[in-house]
Amino acid sequence: MPALPHEVERARERIEELARGHGLVFDPVIFEMVDYNQMSAIASFGGFPTRYPHWRWGMEYEQLSKSHRYGLSKIYEMVVNTNPVYAYLLTSNSFTDTKLVMAHVFGHADFFKNNIWFSPTDKKMMDETANHATRIKRYILAHGLDRVEAFIDACLSIEDLIDPHSPFIRRRSEPPEEEEREESPKPLVRKMKSKDYMDSFVNPKEYLQAEEKRLREEMEKRKRFPESPEKDVLQFLIEHAPLERWQRDVLSVIREEAYYFAPQGQTKIMNEGWASYWHSRMMTERLLTDAEVIEYADHHSGTVSMQPGRLNPYKLGIELFRDIEDRYNRGRFGRAYEECEDYVQKRDWDQKLGQGKDMIFQVRRVHNDVTFIDTFLTEEFCREQKLFTFGRNDRSGRNEIQSREFKKIKAQLLFALTNGGRPFIYVSDGNFANRGELCLWHRFEGEEIKRDYARETLKNLSMIWGRPVHLETVFEDTPTRLTCDGETLKEEEITAQV
Amino acid sequence: MILKIERDYGRFRHIVRGTIKRDLTRYITRGELIGKQGEKLVSIPVHSIDLPHFRFGDNRGGVGQGEGANGTPVDGDGDSGQSKAGDQPGAHILEVEVSLEELAQMLGEELELPNIQPRGKRSVVSRRDKYRSVRRTGPESLRHFKRTYRKALRRQIASGTYDPSKPRIIPIREDRIYRSWTETEEPQANAAVIYMMDVSGSMGDEQKEIVRIEAFWIDTWLKSQYKRVETRYIVHDAAAREVDAHTFYHLRESGGTKISSAYDLCRRMVEDDYSPEEWNLYPFHFSDGDNWGGGDTEICVEILKEALLPVVNQFSYGQVESPYGSGQFIKDLEEHFHDNEPLVTSKIDGKEGIVDSIKTFLGKGR
Repeated sequence: MPALPHEVERARERIEELARGHGLVFDPVIFEMVDYNQMSAIASFGGFPTRYPHWRWGMEYEQLSKSHRYGLSKIYEMVVNTNPVYAYLLTSNSFTDTKLVMAHVFGHADFFKNNIWFSPTDKKMMDETANHATRIKRYILAHGLDRVEAFIDACLSIEDLIDPHSPFIRRRSEPPEEEEREESPKPLVRKMKSKDYMDSFVNPKEYLQAEEKRLREEMEKRKRFPESPEKDVLQFLIEHAPLERWQRDVLSVIREEAYYFAPQGQTKIMNEGWASYWHSRMMTERLLTDAEVIEYADHHSGTVSMQPGRLNPYKLGIELFRDIEDRYNRGRFGRAYEECEDYVQKRDWDQKLGQGKDMIFQVRRVHNDVTFIDTFLTEEFCREQKLFTFGRNDRSGRNEIQSREFKKIKAQLLFALTNGGRPFIYVSDGNFANRGELCLWHRFEGEEIKRDYARETLKNLSMIWGRPVHLETVFEDTPTRLTCDGETLKEEEITAQV
Repeated sequence: MILKIERDYGRFRHIVRGTIKRDLTRYITRGELIGKQGEKLVSIPVHSIDLPHFRFGDNRGGVGQGEGANGTPVDGDGDSGQSKAGDQPGAHILEVEVSLEELAQMLGEELELPNIQPRGKRSVVSRRDKYRSVRRTGPESLRHFKRTYRKALRRQIASGTYDPSKPRIIPIREDRIYRSWTETEEPQANAAVIYMMDVSGSMGDEQKEIVRIEAFWIDTWLKSQYKRVETRYIVHDAAAREVDAHTFYHLRESGGTKISSAYDLCRRMVEDDYSPEEWNLYPFHFSDGDNWGGGDTEICVEILKEALLPVVNQFSYGQVESPYGSGQFIKDLEEHFHDNEPLVTSKIDGKEGIVDSIKTFLGKGR
């Protein structure tokens, strides 16, 4: 790797020192200068130099390189959550941009290291993706590209069926099953009342035993499998689907990578907000020369610009962090403040607490986007930032502003963020109707899933499970079971529990 | 440098082109790159393969930011902006404007359109000077500063007179490089596009929208191919008349359909204003294919055969699917004409069909 150009290297040292001075804590950051094609290629691979062979990286590349070639959009920077952190700078960027990007990257690096949601991610992911590539290439050699690729496609169709919270759930240790069984179980069959001497005739021993056995078996069958709905569908498939060894391994590769990338989806607003907050502070306080101000202002405002109908995570994030800092500096929180009804007093509220900085550092450590919005989005903030909810007006066929009510905005935002804005899907039964079929359950919360997508996804899932698969959901207020047996799809109303 | 991505990129291209048979065709969508053209947002088609996931339906609404009272339309795609919150941290995306010329180029690349070869006798050649090369002598006003500087720098480094701590570059006579021109011949071809549209009752708003989008792209492409493009509009139901562009797209009539009336007007237009020696002619006709019985189709065929096809570059007929069913006219045309005649027909079933139909119309390079 060639060393950074002299002036860039000098700027890097300066910015790193500044960042540490502000209290950011991060693993070493390695910057590399790349041209746009390389940048597109790296971005298509999700920031990694090597990924397993698959067409979707190519698709990503086509879109990125084309939109750049056509001048539609451009990627400024790319940073990878590893230790050391790798960040890519664009050779064609101006020096001002390069400084901005470096400052921004240190913000990300700090977030990667300190945010709790990133704590389970593998910091040696560079090696890991390369290993995955090697493994999958080996399977391609052994089983043929078409077969392996088709299987990967099927897996990718359900790659989001994971449970990003699972690394943090401490489950009670497995109940000691053996002991339980040793305790003499209560008899299930009731004896008929009888006189002693008649007992062997009224309650023949053989019959009692046979009946006992039958009831026990039935109970065993009725026992749910899995015992409670399982959100990590991929893990369930790895453990229980009738797969060949290579298939199991491919599935586990996909699952592992999905878990690695999950926190980035969970903290998009915070992560970008945090990085933008720091680049703007470092640039405007120290780094800019007079000549660079205009260019910086232009590009910074481009990054955090808002468009009607779209919420910019950079903008929302940076403003929320600034708002939190301000509120905790001035003590604008808590009961006394909330209940204050004097407009002027409330506007000029300032207890000179100076807790803002501590607070934002703490926030960046423990929150994800959902809890971040839930905890810190205030009515004043919504009003100041001119947030609104919009929705489709069926009569005009357009998206229109619907409301500026705080509660609605917050609910809409949280809905879009919870579970990545995707439906909650669980494995509810791995032995459906005692036929070894797989039944998934959509936890319905008022929003229907997209029917055609669900049908196609089920098809792909049935390829992995090998037996018919079901999805229980709700369409038009009717509980519905979608079934796919690999070939045909059918839909039926759920009437009674099977 | 060959990038590793080439492997996957090649694979992807093969899959969408269908050269590798994979059971993915049903997921192939025409993705869009959104660009801005003046006030308008335009989308450039790119292929993408959309693997199915369990997800919520569209039109869920979202949260936005900005001015406006309730009921103000917001542009955007109903995307709350976070749905792409995915695996790519820190990818700053900027939207920029594209010029019409660039748009045409993208369209050409995406659809692999051939450049049009204007018919020889119709093109007047003009000469132009273009500054696209360099030479060692010339007037100072044409000095190429960058090249001169580079050459001087190279010479000074080679001769050891360059001092990095005092980087002073002094060009001498031999370093100087000047811009120079070459004479190019450019055909000065003109084209006339005549749009005809059926505005009878059976053409609804959606059909007109399709015609509008299609005409926009056809205009864009032809304008990139010709120096000067004139556009005329004809609407017809049972009778035809010439209108301006706005009326063309917004007029709604009821009544019967006599296609021959439009073709007849088109013929007169060509005879009066566009002599085939000077003009490349592109009549386009859009209709839902329902024509009045009673022998009108025969008259159309006759006008085409006798008057139009011999003089035009290409006559294009697009039949737009309408809720009233689409008619017979496209089949009639196909029966009467052979492939080698400059007549192209295309059936457009809904908005998804637009791109393919543009390719059919413009893919011949005529």
